[in-house]
Amino acid sequence: MHTILNQVVAQAGQVIVGKEHPIRLALACLLARGHLLIEDLPGVGKTTLAHVLATTLGLRFNRIQFTSDLLPADILGVAVYERESGEFRFHPGPIFAQLILADEVNRATPKTQSALLEAMEEHQVTSEGETRPLPEPFFVIATQNPANQIGTFPLPESQLDRFLMRIELGYPDARAERSLLAGRDRRELLTELRPVMSPEQLVQAQTQARNVTVSPALLDYVQALLEYSRRSPHFLTGLSPRAGLALLAGARAWALLSGRDYALPEDVQAVLPQVVGHRLQQVQADGARGSVALAAWFDEVAVP
Amino acid sequence: MTPPRHGRLWLLGALAAVLLPQLLRLPPWFSPYCVALLGWRLAIDLRGWPLPGRGLRLLLTAGGVGAVLLGYRTLFGPDAGLALLSVMLCLKLLELRTLRDAMLVVFMGYFLVAGGFLVDQSIFVGTYLLLTVLLLTAALMALNHPAGTADNTRFYLRRAGMLLAQSLPIMVLLFVLFPRLPGPLWGMPKSPSSASTGISDHMTLGNITDLSDSQAVAFRVQFDGPVPPASQLYWRGPVLWTTDGRRWDPIQRDASPSWFRKPAEHEPLAEAIRYTLTLEPHDEGWLFALDLPATVPAKTFLTGDFQLLLRRKATTRQRFELSAHTVYRTGTLAEAQRRLGLQLPPASNPRSRDLARSWSALAPETIVRTALALFRDQPFWYTRQPPPLGDDAIDQFLFDSRRGFCEHYAAAFVTLMRGAGIPARVVTGYQGGESNPLADYLIVRQSSAHAWAEVWLQDQGWVRVDPTAVIPAERVEADTDVQRFRSTAAPLLDIDIAWLARATARLRYGWDALNNAWNQWVLGYNDQRQKELLQKLGLDRFGWQGAVAIMAVATALVLAGVALQLALRGRGRPDPVVRTYQRYCHRLERVGLGRAPQEGPWHFARRAAAARPDLAPAIDEITALYIGLRYGTAAPATLPRLHAAVAKFRPGRSGRT
Repeated sequence: MHTILNQVVAQAGQVIVGKEHPIRLALACLLARGHLLIEDLPGVGKTTLAHVLATTLGLRFNRIQFTSDLLPADILGVAVYERESGEFRFHPGPIFAQLILADEVNRATPKTQSALLEAMEEHQVTSEGETRPLPEPFFVIATQNPANQIGTFPLPESQLDRFLMRIELGYPDARAERSLLAGRDRRELLTELRPVMSPEQLVQAQTQARNVTVSPALLDYVQALLEYSRRSPHFLTGLSPRAGLALLAGARAWALLSGRDYALPEDVQAVLPQVVGHRLQQVQADGARGSVALAAWFDEVAVP
Repeated sequence: MTPPRHGRLWLLGALAAVLLPQLLRLPPWFSPYCVALLGWRLAIDLRGWPLPGRGLRLLLTAGGVGAVLLGYRTLFGPDAGLALLSVMLCLKLLELRTLRDAMLVVFMGYFLVAGGFLVDQSIFVGTYLLLTVLLLTAALMALNHPAGTADNTRFYLRRAGMLLAQSLPIMVLLFVLFPRLPGPLWGMPKSPSSASTGISDHMTLGNITDLSDSQAVAFRVQFDGPVPPASQLYWRGPVLWTTDGRRWDPIQRDASPSWFRKPAEHEPLAEAIRYTLTLEPHDEGWLFALDLPATVPAKTFLTGDFQLLLRRKATTRQRFELSAHTVYRTGTLAEAQRRLGLQLPPASNPRSRDLARSWSALAPETIVRTALALFRDQPFWYTRQPPPLGDDAIDQFLFDSRRGFCEHYAAAFVTLMRGAGIPARVVTGYQGGESNPLADYLIVRQSSAHAWAEVWLQDQGWVRVDPTAVIPAERVEADTDVQRFRSTAAPLLDIDIAWLARATARLRYGWDALNNAWNQWVLGYNDQRQKELLQKLGLDRFGWQGAVAIMAVATALVLAGVALQLALRGRGRPDPVVRTYQRYCHRLERVGLGRAPQEGPWHFARRAAAARPDLAPAIDEITALYIGLRYGTAAPATLPRLHAAVAKFRPGRSGRT
């Protein structure tokens, strides 16, 4: 399993050059059965990442472009009256796919946002009194554009909590950018990609991730981190127990990606910035904004 | 927050123990009142009875306070105050709802324990109150242990005992160094109920027909050197000068002649004997010093007739450093003293005066000898139950009854001397004392009270004459305790009385020695002794501020020690896996590769291996074993391998392998 997962990372890395770490984090998020929020500028490869993951993992992929006039039904689907049969028939919306790219999620109204977020949480859609399960695995990659805040509805903290991780892609470094510029068209590359993994294998990997051993010593560490976030003067509010669970799930997935069946403090540290970054607010708003910089405070917590 | 049920029950038990001494001491109405309130609370806790309403509580409060007022006529002072506190404590139980209430009751309980010492400071009460402190502390623990049950009794007691033991060093520090106020505790007024017995300031023949044989302790004495012979152990009390024929009185302190107010001269003929006397309170103004007192301690003064008087009545147990010249010669006799020493009521005891007048031609020494010979040779008996005497008591005693004890002999002797023209006076006090075989001190009991005579002879001054001592042994109606016991119990029990008597005596001496130590070292530790101790430690020049500072520093040191111990324990004994790994980290740190606190073992291993490729295999092995044991699923059986690997791991300085 470890080999296959590494192949996934390697193949994605061919398309999105120089972004191995975000790719691994995205994969870990998927393995932990969480959803991913990418917050970055346009054109750094958010959509491409979603595409690559979908293709490599053999997942059915849908993209929903969020706009201010998008309605919940546009995502979930509607029941349409059919004249031949004389009854209403449900036309599933774009959410009925295994990997959803919710592009610029902060452009839609809160009502539409919550329709998506509920589906993410419940793994099912209720429409016209009927509940329909979403396919498994089900993975949402939402993107947010931080630069353009006019006419947007930024996700509130409570909604942000629904995402296991928030990652930033960032600009590629010079070498990666060079190969990107010199290389072939990405779109072309995408069409040539072949699945490395089946959805069944992915579900299996998710199960494996859930069974990664977490020792009491590691729980001590996670608790120390949570405790620190609650006492630290750097944050407005501390981390919730759900954040602690997310941290563990992320660490387990990361351990699996590293080919281990037990989690280390290093695994927690690896996913810590991305897991806690969007759940914490710094006291000083003008301080460093990135998740990584935010999580650097946690270096004050000793590994027991 | 409601206190847990087992905590409430503990609290009730502890309170019952705290209130018990109060119940025994306070007026009888008090016991049913308190027991009823405690029982009510018990029913609330066990049977789920409701708490009483506000009206009923007010009524009970008014009743309790009213009863205290009726019983004591005040709400102030130690007795009424303790009664009021006890009443309030019981009442508080009926509105105990929250944990805060329960805590309040616990602290009131502590306060009541402390208050108990105002009334009684004996070793027995002290021990009992210490026990109640233990119970209260255990209750405090039970109250704050919501998860506990009533079965945790031993746990609470052990923990409370541990807490008290831990507080012991601080307690000792505070006891030794806390600034002591001179005088009795907080200037507490003495409870009127606690009158003490002892020698009275006058003596009336014939009134008392049964001499007290109380075994109560009058005072205890510890000699610096060997104990002087019993013939010298005359403990001088009031000196009686004036008489109306029956009653003998000392010189009144507030209307005393000038010679009385300044010490008389005397010439010591032997080395001074130094001793320490611990006087039991007797509510009178004199001290019983060994004849003749050579030092005048603070708070006392020496009179012209060698009495050592206290400036304040002895209402508390006091300790005096004294010395005495048992062989001495006093100086000249002032005219005023001579007149007083010859005073006799003109119309009383004619027969005695006639007898004395018939001797007046003789030399003074011969007169003394003649009078003593009279007691020795005529059928005079020593008895503790003399017949009652009439108006001319001395005449009746000397010529008719001829039965009496020391007071009769002393008074009769002095009357004879005065009649014969020799200045004489009666001295009362104590004679002898029993030495405690289990400890190095002398106990002087009330039953050793004695009266003797002093006559003034040319060239010798005041000479002590003990007319009682000349009565031959066969004319002493001895009825000591052992004899009385023997006569009544021995035939019934048919046991070895001597052995039993010895055993009881031994027990009594042991108990007395314990009490004496308690008095000397705990209760008798006053401002004076504190000063002496600080002097010995060389700390006296800082004054009481210095003592407070030392106390603060020492207390801080003790607390720091406890904190350090707790911190070390908090770091604890980590499990062996962590300990072994820490040893490995420590060894790497010595070669300049310290693990950052937030660094995980794997990252650390990567960094260390990169820095020291020569150590990489060992680092990898140890890290893998450690991670497996601590974070992974490795069997505990691999621990020895980790041990071995770390034991082998001896990183040299960089460059060497």
